[in-house]
Amino acid sequence: MDDFLLIAGNKYRSRLIVGTGKYKDFSETKRAIEVSGAEIVTVAVRRVNITDPNKENLLDYLDPKKFTILPNTAGCYNADDAVRTCRLAREAGVGKLVKLEVIGDDKTLFPDIPATLEAAKILVKEGFDVLPYITDDPITAKKLEDIGCAAVMPLAAPIGSGLGIRNPYNIRIILEHSTVPVIVDAGVGTASDAAIAMEIGCHGVLMNTAIASAKDPILMAEAMRQGVEAGRKAFLAGRIPKKLYATASSPLDGMLN
Amino acid sequence: MKIKLNGEEKEIADGVTLIMLLEQLKIRPARVVVERNRDIVSRDAYGATLLREGDSLEIVHFVGGG
Repeated sequence: MDDFLLIAGNKYRSRLIVGTGKYKDFSETKRAIEVSGAEIVTVAVRRVNITDPNKENLLDYLDPKKFTILPNTAGCYNADDAVRTCRLAREAGVGKLVKLEVIGDDKTLFPDIPATLEAAKILVKEGFDVLPYITDDPITAKKLEDIGCAAVMPLAAPIGSGLGIRNPYNIRIILEHSTVPVIVDAGVGTASDAAIAMEIGCHGVLMNTAIASAKDPILMAEAMRQGVEAGRKAFLAGRIPKKLYATASSPLDGMLN
Repeated sequence: MKIKLNGEEKEIADGVTLIMLLEQLKIRPARVVVERNRDIVSRDAYGATLLREGDSLEIVHFVGGG
């Protein structure tokens, strides 16, 4: 089946995007990502620990030739820091795709939308392919699309909360009005959450904690791959409408008298 | 002379270039990005970048994140 996720002109077979945080070690990160089938992986930009003699690097485990590296701006609370982080990430030579997140509050980790819009304008102008993390607000999604973002990434629920899609109706409105991919980012807890996102027509799902903090991250990575695939197929297949009353599956003709 | 390295003061010798500093710290240049006084230094300029008193360096890399 010819079904690709198209982001900034690049085709991906997998619609699951995974984070690389919170794993026990780099080898577990690598195994989980391989099992998930993800082709795009998010990373964070941080200071090198100067005194750490162990200079292993995440990219020693995730070959940038094999995976699309998606640097994030996690931890940035204003547009300047987010733009600075993206520029540093681009200099690392892994491409121009960035996950823009400008955090507004450390308890909810909800995005600061005005700052996100401000940073997105600058980054798009500088040639970045911007994937912004946003609340599930159709107006914000439209504004970011108009600015020139390569996709929009509404949250399902707070980052790391595992609550699943709290407002599928807003996500559906975003989907109706978007011409760029809509990727649910954050809040997924288990495979059915990912499947629901795909069933309502999302183009992809991004998650980290749901896999990395599961009791068995490798098994959960597989479950998420299957959840995303099942949801996507169900969306393409076209589900039956929900009805209040029964419709018999077996024919009424030919019944015994 | 004193420089600031990832927010910490550090004493280094005069005449040290950025590539020399990375070698001393056993940091592979291919895996990091360096900002000097808020300007990104491109990798091919590491050898020609002579560090000066009071320079503020940020050496960053990719870590696990979501």
